[in-house]
Amino acid sequence: MSEPMSALGGAKSEGFASVREIGPLGMISLRAKADVKALPKAIKAAVGTGVPGLRRIEIEGERACGWMSPDEYLLVMPYGAVAGALEAIAKAMGGAHHLAVDVSDARAVFRVGGAKADQVLAKLAPVDFATLGTGELRRTRAAQVAAALWKEGDGFTVVCFRSVARYVFDLLATGATPGSELS
Amino acid sequence: MSTRLSKGGRLIDRSAALEFSFNGKRLKGYRGDTLAAALLANDQMLVGRSFKYHRPRGIVAAGPEEPNALVNLGSGGRLEPNQRTTVTELFDGLEAASQNHWPSLEFDVGVVNNYVSRFLPAGFYYKTFIHPRPFWKHVFEPIIRQSAGLGSAPKDRDADRYEQAYAFCDLLVVGGGIAGLQAALVAGRAGARVLLLEQAAHWGGRAPVDGDVIDGKPAGDWVDAAVAALEGMENVTLRARCMAAGVYDHGYVLADEKVADHTPGDGRPKHRLWRIRAGKILTATGAIERPLSFAGNDIPGVMLAASVRDYVVNWAVSPGDRTVVVTNNDDGYRTAIALREAGLAVPAIVDARANPAGDLVAKARSLGLRIEAGRGIAKVKGGKRVTSVAICLQAGEGAVIDEIACDAVAMSGGWSPVVHLWSHCGGKLTWDTANACFRPDPARPPLNHDGGAMVHVAGAANGAMKAAEALLDATAAAEAAVTALGMKPKKAKAPVAEAVAEGPMEAVWIMPQGASAELKAKMWLDYQNDVKVSDVQLAAREGYESVEHTKRYTTLGMATDQGKLSNINGLAVLAQALNEDIPQVGTTTFRPPYTPVTLGALAGEARGEIFQPLRRTPMHEWHERNGAYFEPVGLWRRPYCFPRAGETHEQAVHREVTNTRERLGLLDASTLGKIIVKGPDAGKFLDMLYTGVMSTLPVGKCRYGLMCNEQGFLSDDGVVARIDEETWLCHTTSGGADRIHGWMEDWLQCEWWDWQVYTANVTEQYAQVAVVGPNARKLLEKMGGMDVSKEALPFMQWADGRLGGFPVRVYRISFSGELSYEIAVPASHGAAFWAALHAAGAELGAMPYGTEALHVMRAEKGFIMIGDETDGTVIPQDLGLDWAISKKKEDFLGKRGQQRTFLASADRWKLVGFETLDGSVIPDGSYIVAPGVNANGQGKTQGRVTSTYYSPTLKRGIAMGLLHRGPERMGEVVEFNTVKGGTVKARVVNQVFFDKDGEKQNV
Repeated sequence: MSEPMSALGGAKSEGFASVREIGPLGMISLRAKADVKALPKAIKAAVGTGVPGLRRIEIEGERACGWMSPDEYLLVMPYGAVAGALEAIAKAMGGAHHLAVDVSDARAVFRVGGAKADQVLAKLAPVDFATLGTGELRRTRAAQVAAALWKEGDGFTVVCFRSVARYVFDLLATGATPGSELS
Repeated sequence: MSTRLSKGGRLIDRSAALEFSFNGKRLKGYRGDTLAAALLANDQMLVGRSFKYHRPRGIVAAGPEEPNALVNLGSGGRLEPNQRTTVTELFDGLEAASQNHWPSLEFDVGVVNNYVSRFLPAGFYYKTFIHPRPFWKHVFEPIIRQSAGLGSAPKDRDADRYEQAYAFCDLLVVGGGIAGLQAALVAGRAGARVLLLEQAAHWGGRAPVDGDVIDGKPAGDWVDAAVAALEGMENVTLRARCMAAGVYDHGYVLADEKVADHTPGDGRPKHRLWRIRAGKILTATGAIERPLSFAGNDIPGVMLAASVRDYVVNWAVSPGDRTVVVTNNDDGYRTAIALREAGLAVPAIVDARANPAGDLVAKARSLGLRIEAGRGIAKVKGGKRVTSVAICLQAGEGAVIDEIACDAVAMSGGWSPVVHLWSHCGGKLTWDTANACFRPDPARPPLNHDGGAMVHVAGAANGAMKAAEALLDATAAAEAAVTALGMKPKKAKAPVAEAVAEGPMEAVWIMPQGASAELKAKMWLDYQNDVKVSDVQLAAREGYESVEHTKRYTTLGMATDQGKLSNINGLAVLAQALNEDIPQVGTTTFRPPYTPVTLGALAGEARGEIFQPLRRTPMHEWHERNGAYFEPVGLWRRPYCFPRAGETHEQAVHREVTNTRERLGLLDASTLGKIIVKGPDAGKFLDMLYTGVMSTLPVGKCRYGLMCNEQGFLSDDGVVARIDEETWLCHTTSGGADRIHGWMEDWLQCEWWDWQVYTANVTEQYAQVAVVGPNARKLLEKMGGMDVSKEALPFMQWADGRLGGFPVRVYRISFSGELSYEIAVPASHGAAFWAALHAAGAELGAMPYGTEALHVMRAEKGFIMIGDETDGTVIPQDLGLDWAISKKKEDFLGKRGQQRTFLASADRWKLVGFETLDGSVIPDGSYIVAPGVNANGQGKTQGRVTSTYYSPTLKRGIAMGLLHRGPERMGEVVEFNTVKGGTVKARVVNQVFFDKDGEKQNV
């Protein structure tokens, strides 16, 4: 069997901010209502975090849980940990109505780094980066496609669909062209 | 002669000489010049021709209101038509060319229109080109189109790049004059996030030119200090060269930043379109001076008075040695004084008012300037340049009292606040009698979501024309805006401008007020579109009472400057002609953008590779390497075929079909939509969505299903697999995945919100490969890892397992009629799996095939395709799919719709197959002709082709189509029309052309 390949094989670009495709990264889309009693236990078991509040993401090392909608969470973890996490969720949720599905391969993930990383993203997403704090997640768009992003380290993590990975990478690299800094 | 003065020029750097060209002539200017200033410095007053009469046109203004001085800027990939020279910053190597003339600017053939102008009155086109009717399309319109447009459209690809960016702020201040700066200071000190925009390259607006004194210092010093203070505030952002183009609901503003217009080719984006969301907007956009309507006011050399002052003070450019000032207000005197102080001659100040008085009038008198009070200009003389003016009584009819030789005329008809941004979202205006202008009505601002004012206004834009009033007004407006934002303005001493006592202005709409018809026919209102006082009066006589109608009839204000100079004068003339008050006549509607925004900025980054997102499957690169010819399917690019050297696409398709039917074909089916539906109510939910029953599908099996909309029309189809007790996987069409997922969520969130069902679109989680053909099983057995025999994995079942070490889910389904497996692998293994199948399949005759071979094979089998056999007006019953519609179910989406009489009727076009008698292929889009003609005299039709192909398997043309009562007419011969004329005869047959009993797929 082959090694899993991310959409762009770890493409990189250096401009006034750096753009790097990371992954493959493990991701689970978990759908359940916030008031399901077993939900905190399931999320804890899968990624070791609490249940994130509205538009928040809880990060624990390599694992995270992001709020995507009133009944949807995005669980992030190492690629190899997905099967175990799905089992843990199923066990914790018991008979409670939910849907947990592996979406690791349906996504592409980028790291946009550097002091002016927010300026690259401000060209693509209608997000007020000046007020976007650590631990906040934005489910938004990058130019013409859906994207989610959050602050991490000295930059941002950007998630999009796998099929448009090249488009989003090109957008980010173009946005980071030296000389086009916003300030 | 216009020329450069030896001293002065606050914006130019005489140590930095720049070279540029105008109509190929090499000229010199300085850094800090606008192109207009540099042209005037080189005595290039004549810069273009007007639109209709091709009259010579000179520079009139010094800002964005300029109607005349438009040029083609640059060349090749940097050619931009209609660029306003008054706001174009000069750079080294700039190329400009004048517009709307032939063969040359100096000698123009089109000027003949000028001499026949009395035959080209308002509404000329409407009156003339009506009859005879057919002439419009074939004669008049082509000629009018030929002569339309000023500049030449660029033909080359734009050499520059553009981008967009989002910005957020509490208060957006538009305008960097003293009012805008003061407003930003107040808001900045209160702690608000402030974004301050200025369309020009420099701050301070008119105040430094007008000689205002603020806090005892020249205005320029105060401006510098204010800018420095603002730059020191972390919560304030300043952007020069950034024009706020439009205000939209909820504090949304578009602004065009000219990042690199003045430094072309430096690699930066040329423009950046800002998409701003502001808590409140404060417009401090200043005011625009109005021309006066006197005969010959369009002759080059007649300019706005304040603009003349701008050229003298900012760029040390003299419009001529002798300038006559004509005014109806005191501000005009500032120009006379500035000219005199620069050492130039002002032969006379012609003041329409009988008794001018005030500080400025007194100063002019003390300088010994000749003031002609109560007088007006009867006529300007000159052709391509002013030579003299004839003076008359303003109260009279234009009898000439005196004639004064001069090179330029500086006119001031008063000032109109720039109310555009205030008005874009519905802010109302009020008539200010004292200043004879419309200004924002503070009681009727554009409103925000909370009912509060969305836009505040300050300074000259609010009718506070004098510096002292403007600063007070700006302080108050900013404090109000900040308070409305829930913040507290800090107590600070407001700057005080030295008061200048000015006498009242006097509205003058026609000069002289009793001018003859002959004079009025030479009084220009709209310089660019050639609309004169006489045209507006004619429109009024012909019954055009509404200002909006008059605008369109006369084209007043419809040029690229959108009437910045002409609108108020025009509607005042209209009001007079209608014997109404100006406020009763009202204004035309102010619409974005304030000044033109180039299409490149609106497109932003979306060009070239990132023009549009292009969706790629995990195997896309393999397809590219192997010469795939792609076709768009939604935003996906799918291989249409894989032509080999020397093959046409058609030949490649035939080879792919034959190879798949005889040996082994591999199709990248990753784009197929895949939606997981799970929950205790999932079965019930799917039974509502599909026309068939999905709840009874056993785990491990697949079933074909149809989805209809509420009207009953077929919307999507696909194979559904039961994964476990609570989980189904629904395949959709490639183009339908997102739409159907949205459709499911719509029903779950809005209608059946209490049903326990969750969905997830996992389309991109899997790469999917169709392994098709007699050797399909052999290939999978060679890959090894799971039992794919007929017994273990019969038709319409699925199984999880491993193939060649890859984790797979194998569906035994067929869209080709062959033995076929569709195999899903995680997308991150897709490319490797596809390559492994090709490597292992080589000895079995494996070849990739594309979407066209897929289409041909499904047509040979009589399988329908959403979008071919359906078009939103077709129900499943039309396609003979009654077998896929449950008769037992109480309800499903579309059931009620399909019961409507015209859908339930047997009298419909229904699906059948067609075989041409001569074996040819029926052209795409053909209709089946019927005898007779309809009420419109058109030939009747009784059906149409929906899919038509050459079948390499049957070696003849085959087709499916809809025919009136088709299934009842088997064996009948019908005729299809063709594009070339004539018809093709075809026999009505069953639409399954190949392997009617399905033996090949079921082995």
